[in-house]
Amino acid sequence: MAENNRAVVKLKEKFASSIIEVVEFRGEVTVTIKKEDLLAVLAFLKQALQYNLLTDVTAIDYLGKKEERFMMVYLLYSIPNKDRLRIKTAVSEAECHIESATQVWATANWLEREVYDLFGITFDNHPDLRRILMTPDWEGYPLRKDYPLQGPDREPYKGRLS
Amino acid sequence: MGVDNPLGDNIITTSLDALVNWSRKSSIWPMTFGLACCAIEMMAAGASHYDLDRFGIIFRASPRQSDCIIIAGTVTKKMLPVIKTVYEQMPEPKWVIAMGACACSGGIFDTYSVVQGIDEALPVDVYIPGCPPRPEALLYGLMKLQDKIMHDKNSFGSAIGLGNRIESAAA
Repeated sequence: MAENNRAVVKLKEKFASSIIEVVEFRGEVTVTIKKEDLLAVLAFLKQALQYNLLTDVTAIDYLGKKEERFMMVYLLYSIPNKDRLRIKTAVSEAECHIESATQVWATANWLEREVYDLFGITFDNHPDLRRILMTPDWEGYPLRKDYPLQGPDREPYKGRLS
Repeated sequence: MGVDNPLGDNIITTSLDALVNWSRKSSIWPMTFGLACCAIEMMAAGASHYDLDRFGIIFRASPRQSDCIIIAGTVTKKMLPVIKTVYEQMPEPKWVIAMGACACSGGIFDTYSVVQGIDEALPVDVYIPGCPPRPEALLYGLMKLQDKIMHDKNSFGSAIGLGNRIESAAA
């Protein structure tokens, strides 16, 4: 159960006010936290709980489905303890920026650049925030739900004609 | 040709254009350039089982030594300037083969990041359908290109600076 997860126990002790939700689904534990406390939680997870590998940083666009449009997702892995943890935090469209995790894990550099490139979420105190996949002069953020699949300069897809 | 072989068995007559076209089609040197899974089929066609070398097709590592570029795979908008630069570095005369569905039309990748056919940027001579085309299909496409080269007019004249080479479709 999620309540017995070693990280959840420690997080509830130390960051009780930051935790919004703890979910376990098929053995995967997800902790949703407040945006302001993200860096403190991540640093604690790495230093005290040995989540020394940041597997991936990504985002979700909940356009029209949630009040706060974006959800940042951090996938952590602890090599010594061989267990995983998922940290989520909501980012609103009006305040579309979040503290960079590069201070905790250096690998967050490129992962956050990808999120910036495709979702348009900016990362505060990121050392090198530029596009990584799309061309430098690209306009728009392709993985946002309101970005047309075939690009803004083409007629939208109307389904199969045949 | 209505001539009773007056020059003996060791001499043949032909037009200069046919000679130039024949030498060009017999030594198509494609640029070593692969973009996606089609490049794997292109490599298979170049290896010993299908053996492109027997047509005089030898992959070159420099665009300056190439006279054909096989667009083998999906062309993304980010890759397009690179392909254009490589194409511009090739000396005239030069030919373009669009290999596979992606290079012909964008294929299944009808998205913001993919060029919907390399013919938006380069003049394509031969389109090879397939996803990916088998090496036999690539061979057939290259033979079609040879056919097209043989139908060029004024190849010799254009090479010495007299007028332009006149291209026509393969028969």
